[in-house]
Amino acid sequence: MRIGDAKQSYEADESIWKSSTQKVWFAVLLLVLAVFPFMADAYLLYLGCMVGIAVISTTGLNILTGFTGLISLGQAGFMGVGGYTVAWLSANSALPFPVTLLLAGLLAAAVGILVGLPSLRVKGLYLAIATLAASVFLHFIFAEWESVTGGMGGLSLEPAHLFGLSFQSDFEMYFIIVPLAVLMVFGATNIFRTRTGRAFIAIRDRDISAEILGINLLRYKLMSFALSSFYAGVAGGLFAYFYRVVTPESFPLSMSIFYLAAVIVGGMGNLLGGILGAAFMTLIPEALKLLTAALTPFYPNAPIFMSPMLEIIFGVLIVGFLIFEPHGLAEIWHRIRRFFSLWPFKN
Amino acid sequence: MSSILEISNLSLSFGGVKALQGVSFRVPENTVTTVIGPNGAGKTSLFNCISGFYKPQQGTISYQGKALTGVKPPVRASMGLARTFQNIALFRGMTVLDNIKLGAHVHMKSGLLGSLAYFGAARREEMAVREEVERHIIDFLEIDHIRRQPVANLSYGLQKRVELARALAMRPKVLLLDEPVAGMNREEKEDMARFILDIREEWGVTVLMVEHDMGMVMDISDHIAVLNFGQVIAEGLPADVQNNQQVIEAYLGTSDMDSLRKKLNPEREVA
Repeated sequence: MRIGDAKQSYEADESIWKSSTQKVWFAVLLLVLAVFPFMADAYLLYLGCMVGIAVISTTGLNILTGFTGLISLGQAGFMGVGGYTVAWLSANSALPFPVTLLLAGLLAAAVGILVGLPSLRVKGLYLAIATLAASVFLHFIFAEWESVTGGMGGLSLEPAHLFGLSFQSDFEMYFIIVPLAVLMVFGATNIFRTRTGRAFIAIRDRDISAEILGINLLRYKLMSFALSSFYAGVAGGLFAYFYRVVTPESFPLSMSIFYLAAVIVGGMGNLLGGILGAAFMTLIPEALKLLTAALTPFYPNAPIFMSPMLEIIFGVLIVGFLIFEPHGLAEIWHRIRRFFSLWPFKN
Repeated sequence: MSSILEISNLSLSFGGVKALQGVSFRVPENTVTTVIGPNGAGKTSLFNCISGFYKPQQGTISYQGKALTGVKPPVRASMGLARTFQNIALFRGMTVLDNIKLGAHVHMKSGLLGSLAYFGAARREEMAVREEVERHIIDFLEIDHIRRQPVANLSYGLQKRVELARALAMRPKVLLLDEPVAGMNREEKEDMARFILDIREEWGVTVLMVEHDMGMVMDISDHIAVLNFGQVIAEGLPADVQNNQQVIEAYLGTSDMDSLRKKLNPEREVA
């Protein structure tokens, strides 16, 4: 148990790790993530990859919506831009995956800046509608620009490759997706230790006094859009490599809502919340499916009964979170930590 | 004494409401200058013109001899005009430390990539700001015990102090304080008065404030301008203003209501 955290330097006080215990736990987490694919079966591996992609995209949306206070329903569209960029590059070039993913992120960021332009004038629900329009527009481009996107049939991809290595199976993709997710969450953590992140939060909390402090609102709002879309673009690119096919229906509007729900359920403006929310939103429908399978031996009608119920249970869970835990899953985690911080010397 | 801020013939109206009418006064360098006046006299409107939120229809504000017309609020901030608000305008979701660091925003350079990597110049810059904030501001304003607390948890008096800290982190030349001691108890007021005097003396910052607490105003001001219904009715040393008959009538009240009514244009309304 830790009984104090006296710091000797500002450097130490500003560090991500508040104590060596935290470092140890983080190392344990990394180890678990590294060992996981060797232990897990195909299904768990698939889920691990899905959660990894969702974490990247949710973290991106959290930067924009949770930290900068700009609601966006365009996340699926930006992911689509990333996915199609990777698919097109895979068909028309021999670039290795780090380059294609970077280009996917950059193109998505450019589109994000365009979509973010109205954000200086419109806020809240109006901005949500503006981004929704952008999302519909992007979907239209994916479906109709056949020479580039392959129309409704979509594009299929070669496996991701680097230095002659090819990443085909879920097992191999895991080693691209998860390290990238860790790296990008780290990047986001750094953002909020510095000037840029503080400016984002200032805009969310009180944009007028942000301006008084010399924060250029348009510049930082667009920067937030660009960063958020960059994350979405990379996530979309990984999504494309993972399924090895992209169609307009790979990135439906409901996906944008999925990520928005993940941010809200996890905890707006909390990076850990985004991660937990992404995991929750990805895993709960699967858990409900497992529950159905477990019930089938006892109630042979369970699949018929449960399949329409799944959506309802899922919805009720989300509503329940909003009512009972408005600060999201992250708050539950903080409570657990507070409990154990003095355990067992506290009753 | 030269003036750091000169307001000449400033007029501002919202539709039919004339908030400021031909306001002129000057703020001598390195003084505590106070604008007083009854509620709705236009004091906060004047501050909003100086910090660039309102665009006056007429008149100019010149700062260090240069006209500020057309200069946007963020640029004014980087020129050394910092302010606090009447209703505290801190960022409630952030800690005290982050709020104060935000004040230094305009003096920092690191961009998006530096922030993402938290490496090299970006890291050194963050450390330098942290050290500056700790040494000169947190220590000076005696708020070291709350630096890690979210602002939303703090008492009103402390929040006001944090807002002052944030304004100081902007390295101001002129500090605009909108009612710095409103709603404080006696002890908190005395602390704040002491900080304001120290800021002028030790930091060499010119303070322009709006305040209703006459005791404090008369004690610490070097120069006072009195505003009533959008017009300057008196300007000068505290003692002069205190004895000005017009000020006594308009601001502190008069028993002769008829003479007061005659002076005021009945059509005028002030925001």
